[in-house]
Amino acid sequence: MRGQLSYLGVELARPRVAFFELTSCEGCQLQILNNEASLLDFLSLVEVVNFREAMTERHDDYDVAFVEGSVSRADEADRLRAIRANAKILVALGSCACFGGVNQLKNRFRDLDWVKREVYGDFPIITQEVLPLSAVVDVDLCIYGCPIRKEEVEKIVTNLVLGKAISHPRYPVCMECQASQNICLFDLGEPCLGPVTRAGCNAWCPSNRRGCWGCRGPADDANLAQLEKIMAERGVSAEAMLDRLECFGGFATQADLLRSAAADGRKP
Amino acid sequence: MLFKVFAKDELPKLFDLLAANPVIAPVQKGVDQHGVPLFDFDVVHDFADLRLDYTSTIHSAKRYFLPYAETLATFTVDKGGWEKQVDLNIDRRQVLFGLHACDINALNKLDKVLVQSAYPNPFYAAKRRNMFIIGLQCTPRPQCFCRSMGTDFALHGFDMFLTDLGDSYFAEILSAAAFQFMARIVTREPGHDDHERYKAVVAEKNGRFQAKVDSSDLTKILDMEFESPAWKAWGDKCLSCGTCANVCPTCYCYGVEENVDLDLTGAVKTRRLHSCNLIDFAVVAGGHNFRPHSHARLKYRYYHKHRGFVEAFEEALCVGCGRCGEACLAGITVPAVIASVREGG
Repeated sequence: MRGQLSYLGVELARPRVAFFELTSCEGCQLQILNNEASLLDFLSLVEVVNFREAMTERHDDYDVAFVEGSVSRADEADRLRAIRANAKILVALGSCACFGGVNQLKNRFRDLDWVKREVYGDFPIITQEVLPLSAVVDVDLCIYGCPIRKEEVEKIVTNLVLGKAISHPRYPVCMECQASQNICLFDLGEPCLGPVTRAGCNAWCPSNRRGCWGCRGPADDANLAQLEKIMAERGVSAEAMLDRLECFGGFATQADLLRSAAADGRKP
Repeated sequence: MLFKVFAKDELPKLFDLLAANPVIAPVQKGVDQHGVPLFDFDVVHDFADLRLDYTSTIHSAKRYFLPYAETLATFTVDKGGWEKQVDLNIDRRQVLFGLHACDINALNKLDKVLVQSAYPNPFYAAKRRNMFIIGLQCTPRPQCFCRSMGTDFALHGFDMFLTDLGDSYFAEILSAAAFQFMARIVTREPGHDDHERYKAVVAEKNGRFQAKVDSSDLTKILDMEFESPAWKAWGDKCLSCGTCANVCPTCYCYGVEENVDLDLTGAVKTRRLHSCNLIDFAVVAGGHNFRPHSHARLKYRYYHKHRGFVEAFEEALCVGCGRCGEACLAGITVPAVIASVREGG
């Protein structure tokens, strides 16, 4: 099963890969293990040398590091730097690693000490502002989503092995949602960030009649200003839209602009 | 022209005769937040699920001719080389039951590019040849502007076309296959009264059109208004989301991608419909984007449909179905865009 990898008679190196987690739910790594139908093929394509959720052995000589989670403590930043130093390619796996994810919601409060007291009381704990990986180290590739889609990871890893270019859809979720013949959720009275969020999820949430919360971050050329108007016309409050924009951190810049516009007393 | 009239309770019998093949027909998919029914085309197994009273569908029936994603070829790969397999689906018949004139005309337009051109699309052509189409007289909605596009009646491109006369259907028969099927249900020759009723139904339909597009001299006007500020204004609204192209019965632009299987023993080449409004539509090798701005992309969408296609085929690549305007969250509609450009801003 684990002979020499080859494609069209050309021998290929089997990359040594490692999986790590910082502050996260580890759900993205679980996604990798979830699809039993393709798991063996995936495992023959790579040599996993470090994957705490899946195996006991650990080695630090890896080519590709997949890092899930955000940085919320100084020691995590140190650990991430060490991973970066070991890895030829560092991949941010999932929304937490790419944008801070749900964890970065606490950054939306001005007083982080207050947040710490509310959550932990007097319990001594070290925690700081939540950062995406790219705020600490260079990131070579982002795999978006909360959680990631296993099919997308498999495609990316296959292309890595073959040396093919890796690209993400640059257009919004609407494109995939329409191709799935869904009823637009706005017609059902449900707000949705699909028109501004990067596609690639195959409209996972809208296909299940849940409006998009923007876990994959903004599409290229996302027209937030128009979406604000669309939400307002349909009676969705600016705060309800901000709830979604702030949830995963991909729209942090846009949310900040909206908040400051609202604070200035202008119509958001 | 061959006409027949048959009682309404003969239609389920016709359906059952055709249902040996997959039947695609309008069904109700749900209701919107205001209680208005939403229709779409789907594979139907029971005549009772058919909604021949449908106004329009959210999406056109295009996906049964031009799927959003279609496998062009699969490859088996081994050390010695590779083998290609192509399935043109030449042996799978489908029945389209209840297509309005606009959507039939859309197929006729697609035929000009995808069948009658120098480089036909064999996947589309095979599906088109294996499609039995029953047209259906519609009731225009306020946003329908097919009349302006000259697509409110279909002259060809279908097997039979039905008009509801109240207690019976008036059938126009265009193909030998349709004639054979009609021979298996109870029909009669239309009389003077049937002709009068048909004309009254059509007159009533014609009185319902509200939306209009002035297409006179439009190719020249579009040339003159290339720099119109109207384009920028519409571009500012555009979400660049591709929804208009996805619901459109005539948009056929696509991209091709190749993916190798996870076990490296196969590969697949897939065609996916793309949209000229998407940010990467005009990105070329090396990364340069010829149309980085949404207003330019939106403008060229209109130029293709109402200028380039007209110059090539003497008709617009738009059938006035109004789906794009209805689906557009930003409220960009063809009649409004063309009117504003004609005004020069």
